[in-house]
Amino acid sequence: MEILRIQNLTKNFYLHNPGLKITSCRDINLTLNEGEFIGIVGLSGAGKSTILKCVNRSYLPGQGDILYDSEAFGAINLSTATEREILYLRCHEIGYVSQFLNVMPRTTAKEHVMNAVLDMGADRDSADADAREILAYFRLPENLWDIYPATFSGGERLRLNLAHAMVKKPRLLMLDEPTASLDNTTKILVRDILRSLKDKGASMIGIFHDIEFMEGVCDKVFNISEGAIIS
Amino acid sequence: MQLDETPVLTVRDLTVRYGEGCSGCGQGMEKNRCPVCGSVWAANDVSLDVFPGEVLGIVGESGSGKTTLMRSLYFDIAPTSGSAFLRGYRDGQKNIWDASPAERRTMKNNIMGMVYQNPVMGLRMDYSAASNIAEKIIAAGSRNAGEMTARATELLEAVEIPVSRMSEMPKSFSGGMQQRVQISKALANNPALLLLDEVTTGLDLSVQAKVLDLIRRIKVKYGVSILLVSHDLAVIRMLADRTIVMLDGKIVESGLTDQILEDPQHAYTQQLVHSLI
Repeated sequence: MEILRIQNLTKNFYLHNPGLKITSCRDINLTLNEGEFIGIVGLSGAGKSTILKCVNRSYLPGQGDILYDSEAFGAINLSTATEREILYLRCHEIGYVSQFLNVMPRTTAKEHVMNAVLDMGADRDSADADAREILAYFRLPENLWDIYPATFSGGERLRLNLAHAMVKKPRLLMLDEPTASLDNTTKILVRDILRSLKDKGASMIGIFHDIEFMEGVCDKVFNISEGAIIS
Repeated sequence: MQLDETPVLTVRDLTVRYGEGCSGCGQGMEKNRCPVCGSVWAANDVSLDVFPGEVLGIVGESGSGKTTLMRSLYFDIAPTSGSAFLRGYRDGQKNIWDASPAERRTMKNNIMGMVYQNPVMGLRMDYSAASNIAEKIIAAGSRNAGEMTARATELLEAVEIPVSRMSEMPKSFSGGMQQRVQISKALANNPALLLLDEVTTGLDLSVQAKVLDLIRRIKVKYGVSILLVSHDLAVIRMLADRTIVMLDGKIVESGLTDQILEDPQHAYTQQLVHSLI
């Protein structure tokens, strides 16, 4: 069953100064089925992240439709959904993970994950229990849970980002270069984690520089070049 | 499923003009000033909605109309035209700017809380911290001293002011502490809407982080909706769900906060975002 269908997605950026139009992706079509893992590969600047950011609505989609099968709203076009609907979906159904950390100052790793649960309306005790469970699942050492994550390594940050996204049990998870700048040992850990998420039935789209690393985990791989799918 | 789309606050076509205005106003304006009559249009046709439990950020340069909007909503400034509706006042059916002085006081004491950039405007510096909170509770009609003390203690603890200092006057507090007392005073009567005007401006980084963390916790704990004015995009990025960009008294762009910061559409917003250090 389809959970996401992107139809003819084109995204242009208009820069007022110096008066430029940049086409980041054009005429993108892809379909993600429930429980499936799609990999997107391509060179830097090919337009890979643009696709995910349009789905997440961090970028305003230009032309085309992004049809998502929502548990709360039924079929919904993310290109035209209201801001309030998008905020709801981000809180309850759609997760987005990047290699970058976006944490409130003076917030510990565990509190960061708890905040995701509290935003959904849970009480502190259950948020604490959920955060502990997911941090252990993603193998973030327990002695780091009560530390501010600004000093975390790339692998630790990524595991924290995954925990923050996955604690909400999203129906759709987007991964924007999760293995970028990680050493091989940590990459293997991330691959094992993604494989186990897939085995649990998560529907995922991930961007990878080194797709060979993800062989056997992704069901389909799309190659993007100059903003278009070429294979 | 349908979302609860009844806003806590609705503002329509708010205009605040300083000066008489003339038939030439609106044409060939120098920023927001009419070159013919010299009138300044501090807010010009501003419309927005604040939904339950959300933080709506307002960014813009000095003089863009952010504070004018906030002060109009808190009845510190009389608007030239426009309407605003609070869900908690007459079921959102009556323009708050048509309310009587008594009704305005009720709204300020029960439905809205305001935190000014300058704590002097929001606090009585020669009353104790607890008395500042009690004053707000008394204004809302309560006369029970025990309840007032309990509430003041709870709120000051929530904003991390030591209970041992609750009988001290804010004038002996640091800027960050004054700001936190102001926040606790604004929360005294569980308002549905909190107006925060540049609350972290001028605070050092560690105190700023404490206030940001406090605002986030307040939002989750009390379910309050927040209108947050700041010229600091980092503050907006951390706290706001949606953001409005103002320039020369007008709204030039609005959207999800990350979309405003990552994919700004208006020339001014692009310039603002690209100025981010």
